Amino acid sequence: MYEFLHMGGYGGYIWSAYGITAIVLTLSIVLPIIQSRKNHKRIEHMLEQEQD
Amino acid sequence: MYRWFHQLGSPPTFYKWSGQWLPWLTFVCITLFVVGLYGGLVYAPADYLQKDSFRIIYVHVPAAWMSMFVYVVMAFSGAIALIWHIKLSEIMMLSSASIGASFTFIALITGSIWGKPTWGTWWEWGDARLLSELLLLFLYIGIIGLYSAIEDKRKAAEAVSILALVGIVNIPIIHYSVIFLNTLHQGPTVSKFDSPSIETSMLIPLLIMALAFKLFYIIVLLMRSRNELLWRERRSQWVRNIIKGTGNV
Repeated sequence: MYEFLHMGGYGGYIWSAYGITAIVLTLSIVLPIIQSRKNHKRIEHMLEQEQD
Repeated sequence: MYRWFHQLGSPPTFYKWSGQWLPWLTFVCITLFVVGLYGGLVYAPADYLQKDSFRIIYVHVPAAWMSMFVYVVMAFSGAIALIWHIKLSEIMMLSSASIGASFTFIALITGSIWGKPTWGTWWEWGDARLLSELLLLFLYIGIIGLYSAIEDKRKAAEAVSILALVGIVNIPIIHYSVIFLNTLHQGPTVSKFDSPSIETSMLIPLLIMALAFKLFYIIVLLMRSRNELLWRERRSQWVRNIIKGTGNV
């Protein structure tokens, strides 16, 4: 396990590169999901107001 | 064929169809990421020259490929939006910009991290590959900024399409910079099909990761396009049906 994380001395470089990639990709997926929920709520609200 | 295309371009059909495909695409994409990461980090042997540091290739190269691929898709969608005024292609162009910027950012950062142990420097201002990729990031940011800066969204989409089309000259510059110009960046490893200068056990994980990144782009593109479409069509009957949960799209 240590050997795997150590990566022959390049662990710091490799894991920071993979870590930053993971963060950016996660954000790319999470932001549209949040946006979708927001949109649904706003349109629901809009339709409710119409009925009043 | 034309009819199929035409139907797919209609907002409710696109919304329904993309909603059905998203779970499957996500499943395949996650599987590819798991297999590709295992292949790249565990299965592939260390490089004889760069040792383990070469493993950064498995995120750097797919991200760099996608940074260019997304740009080309974006510029073509922009051209289609300009010529035929197809709403969906305008939406696809706009949805591509932010994910393209993300891929470019990943390519630049991971390249910089890879550069330190390999070239001894994080960044080199005289390097054509690095500069043209940085320019690509500025193009994406410029496109996002320009669209949000112009009030009239129809004019904004037109302006953005034109900027995207002009900026496409940068793509061949990025691609050929390592061949014709003097750079620190190493030459292409994979695209020399007759004799790729990479071991098969190293190449296969790279291709799997590239496919995973491509699917990731399609997933994000569909998700963003669906959001934009739903919002733009919020006054139409099909959106009402979806929001009210009556199902019939």
